[in-house]
Amino acid sequence: MTLSNRARYALASLMGVGLAFIYIPLSVVVINSFNASRTFSWPPTGLSLKWWSKAIANTGVRQALGWSVAAGLSATAIALLLGTCLAFAVSRYEFFGKEVISLLVVLPISLPGVVTGIALSNAFTKQLGISTSLLTVIIGHATFCIVVVYNNALARLRRMGTSLQEASMDLGANGFTTFRLITLPNLASALFAGGLLAFGLSFDEIVVTTFTAGPGIQTLPIWIYDNLFRPNQAPVVNVVAATLVVFSLIPIYLSQWLSQDSTSGGRF
Amino acid sequence: MNNSIATWMHKRQKVRLLALLAAPGLWLVVAYLGALGALLVTAFFTIDNFTGDTIPGFNLGNFHDMVSDPAYRNVMFRTLGIALSVTLICSAIAIPMAFFMAKVAKPRNQKFLVALVLTPLWASYLVKIYAWRSMLEPGTGVIDWLLSPLGIHSPGFGGPAIIIGLSYLWLPYMILPIYAGLERLPNSLLDASGDLGARNFYTFRKVVLPLIFPSLVAGSMFTFSLSLGDYITAQIIGGKLQMLGNVVYQNFSINLPFAATIATIPITIMALYLWLVRRTGALASL
Repeated sequence: MTLSNRARYALASLMGVGLAFIYIPLSVVVINSFNASRTFSWPPTGLSLKWWSKAIANTGVRQALGWSVAAGLSATAIALLLGTCLAFAVSRYEFFGKEVISLLVVLPISLPGVVTGIALSNAFTKQLGISTSLLTVIIGHATFCIVVVYNNALARLRRMGTSLQEASMDLGANGFTTFRLITLPNLASALFAGGLLAFGLSFDEIVVTTFTAGPGIQTLPIWIYDNLFRPNQAPVVNVVAATLVVFSLIPIYLSQWLSQDSTSGGRF
Repeated sequence: MNNSIATWMHKRQKVRLLALLAAPGLWLVVAYLGALGALLVTAFFTIDNFTGDTIPGFNLGNFHDMVSDPAYRNVMFRTLGIALSVTLICSAIAIPMAFFMAKVAKPRNQKFLVALVLTPLWASYLVKIYAWRSMLEPGTGVIDWLLSPLGIHSPGFGGPAIIIGLSYLWLPYMILPIYAGLERLPNSLLDASGDLGARNFYTFRKVVLPLIFPSLVAGSMFTFSLSLGDYITAQIIGGKLQMLGNVVYQNFSINLPFAATIATIPITIMALYLWLVRRTGALASL
């Protein structure tokens, strides 16, 4: 495209400013984790690794990580199952209420988390009389994770079409064999991308978790939040925060490596 | 055995559909919609002042309290103002960035730039807001250190901080749909406009902007709706300022019916917004 050099430089510098806006705060978090001083002050007066070893030895952090992984994996498993079923139903069949279902599936992430959170908490504790626990967290997370698996699977199923399955059936394979040998392998990378995003959403979730977590259940975001305003915990919070920034690079590489349907992994 | 089940299922489309829909349908309709419905009904309940228990019934008192108290009206307009500002700021930052990524950057750099923009989406929400606490801290923060030689000082914690923090959180959600929209926009249209004598900015206003409008609307669904219901950002960098979410959060444990009443505000605004978006037809052309 023909653009004057001036316009090109202007756009390039705006891009640079934008990237600086995105990355300066994240770098501050990473640098701050090496800050030797206990209290926050910029620029750091000295660098040290001592808070990293303190954080690794911190049992609260390790326990919270365990809860987060448990909740994330379970919610992802449920979302994979339900989201894939729903994507098959919507892409392969015509039925009454199809529009409603496709609206309903995005509702949990479209409505504010605080609304979903108090609605679920109210339903669990007041209507059903079950006390909150890890299970209620998983149910809450799965509810808003379904949509990302659904979006990924639906996009792939629509692109795949049905001719491969029909060919397989014509050649004598029954429905189960066709699913195992044809449909599932073609769907796998979309399900992986959807599952990855579902796990990411669950791992980072704080609002719904606040309302559905039972006593003693502290996922990593809840742990960070609870310790954010405790001055003597600040250095450990810094280390956890820095670790999360660095770890966010992993899913990006994984999803770039298999992104075929969309750059956003089906958030849209 | 396996084969006969498969044959039996193959002949019955309704059974297959039912098997696929049963679990997700039950989950979404019963667990989610049921819970949401139960909450909205609670908005009409009252509360026993002594025990704090909710008393079922049909009472519009909560809605009356919400509308008549100017404090809640202020919170509502403040929240709307914040959500709108965040949407505008995100668009203003996202459009040039997306344009550079889609139309100026070399093709081999494009994927890398997309990854650079996407990475913060995976970084924790809390960490990002926490980062802005370190940025905005008056006196000892990074902004004061970096910009005070230029005479610019941190706005401190409050409304502007909330707007900056939320814009930071939701910016990638605005860049990505605009980038996708611009990528689909043929270069020949821009060249044609230029050949016909339009200057860069005129082409942008008359050709690019109308064509990426649906993408802007898609991005705004995230920036607007996510800002509307947020309360954590306000708790961490908002100083004493409250948003609708904070009011819901505070009332949740002491007066659930009133929390439910306040929660109807963001739900109603989002429903109106979705309806408006549908009317513009922006979603259909995505």
